[in-house]
Amino acid sequence: MDNDRLDNFMIDVLREIGNIGSGNAITALANMLSKRINMNVPKVRIIDFKDISTILGGEEELIVGIYLGLKEDIEGNIMFILDMDSAINLLNMLLGKEVKELDEISMSALSEVGNIVASSYVNALSSLTGLKIAVSVPSLAVDMAAAILSVPAIQFGLVSDKALFIETIFQEGDNTVKGSLFLLPNIESFQKILSLLGVQ
Amino acid sequence: MRIIKVGMADLKVIKAPGILTTLGLGSCVGIALYDGFNKIAGLAHAMLPSSAEISNNQNKAKFVDTGIDMLIEKMIMEGANKNNIVAKIAGGSQMFTFSNNNNILKIGQRNVLATRQKLMNLGIKIISEDTGGNYGRTIQLNSEDGSLIVKTIGHGTKII
Repeated sequence: MDNDRLDNFMIDVLREIGNIGSGNAITALANMLSKRINMNVPKVRIIDFKDISTILGGEEELIVGIYLGLKEDIEGNIMFILDMDSAINLLNMLLGKEVKELDEISMSALSEVGNIVASSYVNALSSLTGLKIAVSVPSLAVDMAAAILSVPAIQFGLVSDKALFIETIFQEGDNTVKGSLFLLPNIESFQKILSLLGVQ
Repeated sequence: MRIIKVGMADLKVIKAPGILTTLGLGSCVGIALYDGFNKIAGLAHAMLPSSAEISNNQNKAKFVDTGIDMLIEKMIMEGANKNNIVAKIAGGSQMFTFSNNNNILKIGQRNVLATRQKLMNLGIKIISEDTGGNYGRTIQLNSEDGSLIVKTIGHGTKII
């Protein structure tokens, strides 16, 4: 299969995972907060490596990355990215107070959200493929966008020169949060997913 | 002074004056080569240790091994003498930590080891390096004197 068709197919699959996963994640967050949360239709984006950090406002922009491992039937990782404004807005929603900087409690709250979001997408992938997938404990980093995004870029680098990700925007009151999610199965798992979805 | 940006999986060569920079190196490795006699500087931002492990390996700048070869070739084309070239390297950090052993997480360390090995095979001396850790780095290579500035968020700035 050539790269363009593979890319097109992957976009469709990711869009479907994005729709179901984002819906699940928002429902979980809304239940947790007992608040109404609105969500835009998630976008699937493909970009070249060299542009990977410009999606978040520049290579040296401070961002939050939450990284989790995938185990059981597939191996790989999942990464949830927030720009700083979104991270602060999310914390305002979660903790119900004005958050100015990231302390230990806010980082652990963000890790938990990363966990909920990642699990929601993984469940969507699970129900589409029938694969059993477990998510590891999250690891969080706050650093330059390019440095954090080098991790998914390298994992995509093993199979392609482009990176694919799902972008979701949601709102609660005045707080808007933009999150990007990178799904990073290893090569064997990637092939397993494709073949279960009917692509050889 | 002109400042030229080197993106991820990219490399650039300049003759003085000018600065080559790469922003936010994470697990990738920044390879700065310099011929001080001819004042020619080259900078590569490599993502993966070896082109031999990957079938999709057309982009030479993406890999440590082919990237270094291509960088030296380009420097020689600009008028550098291979015997004058020395190296400084930075990056190769581990941005996230997990308790279990995950090969992809150690990619930073593998990138650094591959760089040292490749440069040693070519007889190019590494005169300084700032690698490892769990944080990002922005680097600037000055083609006037070969100095390499390393900037971080929360881990200071240094010249190596």
